[in-house]
Amino acid sequence: MQNVYLGIVLAPLFGAIIAGLFGRKIGRAGAHWVTIMGVAIAFLLSLVVLRHHVMQGAEPYNGTVYTWMVIEGIRLEVGFLVDSLTAVMITTVTFVSLMVHIYTIGYMHDDDGYQRFFCYIALFTFAMLMLVMSNNFLQLFFGWEGVGLVSYLLIGFWFKRESAIFASLKAFLVNRVGDFGFLLGIAAVLMAFNSIDYADVFAAAPLMADMTIQIIPGVDWSLMTVICILLFIGAMGKSAQVPLHVWLPDSMEGPTPISALIHAATMVTAGIFMVARMSPLFELSPTALSFVLVIGSITALFMGFLGIIQNDIKRVIAYSTLSQLGYMTVALGVSAYSVAIFHLMTHAFFKALLFLGAGSVIIAMHHEQDIRKMGGLWKYMPITWFTFLLGTLALVGTPGFAGFYSKDSILEAVHFSHVPGAGFAYLAVMLGVFVTSFYSFRLYFIVFHGKERMDHHTQEHLHETPAVVTVPLMLLAIPSVVIGALTIEPMLFGDMFARSIFVLPEYNVLEHLKEHFHGAISFALHGLTGLPFILVLAGLGSSYYLYMVRPDLPGQIQQRLSVLYDIMNRKYLFDEFYQSFFMRGSRSLGTALWKYADAGVIDGLLVNGTARLVGWVASVTRCLQTGYLYTYAFAMIIGLLILLTWFVTR
Amino acid sequence: MLSELPLLSFVIWFPILGGVAVLFVGDENPGRAKVLALTVAICAFLASLPLFSLFDPSTAAMQFQEFLPWIPALSVNYHLGVDGFSMPLILLTAFMTVLVVIAGWEVIQYRVAQYMAAFLVMEGLMIGVFAALDAILFYVFFEAMLIPMFLVIGIWGGPRRVYATLKFFLYTFLGSVFMLIALIYMYNQANSFEILDFHKLPLSLHEQTWIFFAFLLGFAVKVPMWPVHTWLPDAHVEAPTGGSVILAAITLKIGGYGFLRFALPITPDAASMLDWLIITMSLIAVVYISLVALIQQDMKKLIAYSSIAHMGFVTLGFFIVFGIYRHTGSLNGALMGIEGGMVQMVSHGFISGAMFLCVGVLYDRVHSRLIKDYGGVANTMPIFGAFMVLFGMANAGLPGTSGFIGEFMVILSSFKAGFWIAFLASTTLILGAGYTLWLVKRVVFGEIGNSHVAELKDVNTREIIMLSLLAAAVLLLGLWPDPLTSVMHVTADNLLQHVTMTKL
Repeated sequence: MQNVYLGIVLAPLFGAIIAGLFGRKIGRAGAHWVTIMGVAIAFLLSLVVLRHHVMQGAEPYNGTVYTWMVIEGIRLEVGFLVDSLTAVMITTVTFVSLMVHIYTIGYMHDDDGYQRFFCYIALFTFAMLMLVMSNNFLQLFFGWEGVGLVSYLLIGFWFKRESAIFASLKAFLVNRVGDFGFLLGIAAVLMAFNSIDYADVFAAAPLMADMTIQIIPGVDWSLMTVICILLFIGAMGKSAQVPLHVWLPDSMEGPTPISALIHAATMVTAGIFMVARMSPLFELSPTALSFVLVIGSITALFMGFLGIIQNDIKRVIAYSTLSQLGYMTVALGVSAYSVAIFHLMTHAFFKALLFLGAGSVIIAMHHEQDIRKMGGLWKYMPITWFTFLLGTLALVGTPGFAGFYSKDSILEAVHFSHVPGAGFAYLAVMLGVFVTSFYSFRLYFIVFHGKERMDHHTQEHLHETPAVVTVPLMLLAIPSVVIGALTIEPMLFGDMFARSIFVLPEYNVLEHLKEHFHGAISFALHGLTGLPFILVLAGLGSSYYLYMVRPDLPGQIQQRLSVLYDIMNRKYLFDEFYQSFFMRGSRSLGTALWKYADAGVIDGLLVNGTARLVGWVASVTRCLQTGYLYTYAFAMIIGLLILLTWFVTR
Repeated sequence: MLSELPLLSFVIWFPILGGVAVLFVGDENPGRAKVLALTVAICAFLASLPLFSLFDPSTAAMQFQEFLPWIPALSVNYHLGVDGFSMPLILLTAFMTVLVVIAGWEVIQYRVAQYMAAFLVMEGLMIGVFAALDAILFYVFFEAMLIPMFLVIGIWGGPRRVYATLKFFLYTFLGSVFMLIALIYMYNQANSFEILDFHKLPLSLHEQTWIFFAFLLGFAVKVPMWPVHTWLPDAHVEAPTGGSVILAAITLKIGGYGFLRFALPITPDAASMLDWLIITMSLIAVVYISLVALIQQDMKKLIAYSSIAHMGFVTLGFFIVFGIYRHTGSLNGALMGIEGGMVQMVSHGFISGAMFLCVGVLYDRVHSRLIKDYGGVANTMPIFGAFMVLFGMANAGLPGTSGFIGEFMVILSSFKAGFWIAFLASTTLILGAGYTLWLVKRVVFGEIGNSHVAELKDVNTREIIMLSLLAAAVLLLGLWPDPLTSVMHVTADNLLQHVTMTKL
């Protein structure tokens, strides 16, 4: 199997290198063929792995590819850990990536950077696969920063746009803040375990549960808590949790295919995956779990609110992504790791579908993204409309759809949890269901129904997008509908993740869920009468009323609540605070240090001051060298007198 | 066999004599002078390769030793040899000189032969510094090396070159004079100028402290460490591209190397007592200098400050051993610090060299080093843009590039000496990315900034070769550092054992 694993990561890398270095020679078609073939091979091999590890239940594979460095007996290696968790991740990643590759042929059709784009997304697929297949922290960090690099390159893909290159820099730097914590977390792991290999660390973790560390002298903190929170700070950056979420909405400056692939379906879920992978560590720290839970709930609810007031089609979906990432984080916080992975997977399909659908709309609208200039699109683009509807139904959690199974499981898991913060989390995620439904249907109604608000020219040219765009939509719509019902039982209640995810018995909320679970169909039927579905209907109803029946009302509400609207419109002032405090602050500090300390004290006073001092002493002493005999004679006499006085008086 | 040939003497004297030969070809025949210079540089690099392939990584003893009495009355000898620390630096020197010759190929129009000769002579002298095992021999190379650099900046430099050269010369000279006094003092004690004898010389704490400060002055200026760093930005700004490359890639490394060869093994107790000082200075370099780099308007100054910040990791890694020992009671992790510092030196040689070459490529076309005179370079120079982004990422310490490894190792190691040391060191992740990528954003990306940028021609074959060689080095070391670290395990371990054994 090792060759299969190697093939999975190397095939996209090969495609990326060819498209990147020889893009001009092989031309556009060559670039998309070589990368699509690479990713397709990776996807097919992932299916082989999925069959091997999930269906046939093979033992997890843990092996080294090559040794990066050996030092003090610590082996830093590049290697793979492949188990059912990895198998689910790589299949999801390569499938969505393949869809996005095909879709890109249509979306980027007229772009000058066609080959470069294919190079980047194939490179991204490689880095993401390295991340999820890693068997140690070093390679995890490599993949972690690798996907960050590609994300940076792709957000700033249209590098002439000031807003795009600003957003890319911002994304990289905010992610680096997360990585700062993450790297310290890795350093803490190395210090505690003297190894950065997952297997060694997880095996030794229970012995370390009671260790403490003093970060502030005199205060003992649990080592596990410190490690887990540091690692989670990394996840907060990558998975865009409050307060490190600010980069994700801006990342929408990048082309839509990558919003689907990187900033919705895969990369942003790396943090979720990482915490699930680290479950043997997080389980040992109730404090860290509560921290994760609270951060997740805040993100889930408050980022959902912001989705309501956005008018850019991609930004609505971006805030929805933030909110859904919050849901996944909440699941992690209540130790329902497999539920988080389950939601990660379903979300990857329906969110990629929604983004690609939005992209299809954007193509049809001639790169107009403002939903206020859309409306009634359903009759012009039936495939986009219908698949988008399916995606929306999945996102809000309509019973039977993929999103329902995963989201309802999260709600139930939080309900049964007793981790400190679970009460708040339950409230947040419940309210979040209404909010999700409201903003999703708002978007749906404004874009596809109601009055046609586009200009005449655009309206005349409106038509369904070509097959390279619609086929991926249809292919993604299928799992968005059915994947939840098909996989809930093995993923949540089977022993699929038994060897990948570790949960302490006292936190095992899934046991409670299992008692009430009698098959996917009855779960869905039961869902029809549950509170969440009532909230979904309430969201649907209120957005129908506000945007279809009384479209004049939202404007009035906005005026009445202008203070609240202003705060939300300014995204709770996070950006402004960061900009004035950190960005301007560090620049002023740098200027002050440079002007006053470097140029002022060190150079001005010490270095040039010394030079001036020498010069001054020289100029003074030079006066003594007059060249006149009487001056020297006088000096000699004075000297003689002083010496004589000294001899006499001593 | 090959190992019995005087390889070290060859890689020292061949470039020096080659440089003299280039001088004789003269400025009247720039074409021939350049070809000869390139041949010499390449041959010297090829000749240095056996040092790596024949190196025995299982011993800490000096290898490829050569010994000739030089001034018997003072027991000064021509004694050469390398260990796992100096050998990689010699290869780095020989490699970078080839690039510098290529970099000056079309650009230098004025006194071409002298320019090339200066770099070849400097190469030999710098290799001499790394290979010398006799303190006087070391000192001679150490000082002689200043002369060609002084000339390079003074003759081919920018408008303020006189101020810059004087500052550079006086700064470094001041430092090294104190070092000479220390060396002579130790000669009086040991009756030998052998560096390895100095290692074994018993010294009281009082003596060690004085000697340590003498070395600190000498080497801290070279590294340069805060607060004796202000010569570097000025020197870089005025130096021609080749001068900047050598200055950043090699000259700074001599400071770091000096700590390993002299300060740590000769005065271990003083180093242990004063490690807080070095660590504080290193952390100030990382945080303070990074902030200063952030606001620079001149590309070369920015990279110069970035160099100082990156070299902070070198000294941090070298001196973290005492902190680890005090904090954990074992030496576990200290090796990672020392080797991390070494890797950082080699990697910084590649990356800073590459960054300065990138600036040189732009400067040759637009004749400005100011960031505001650029913008949107990627529009007209896409290949160059790709290189600049790659080296920028390496400078920001992206995993997969060599820039990551040294910092990663030092941060991992310093965590064992204390959380806050690692915390402050890790700020480089944010600050380093901040100043580098902001530079890249303003220079490479964006709309075409002005008419000069609109007329830019992308890199030619010569420049592609030069940048590709560095890109390959950066990626190779980043993806597989084992060949570099494995040659210094034993040497580093030996040093570690030595410095933790008190001399008192």
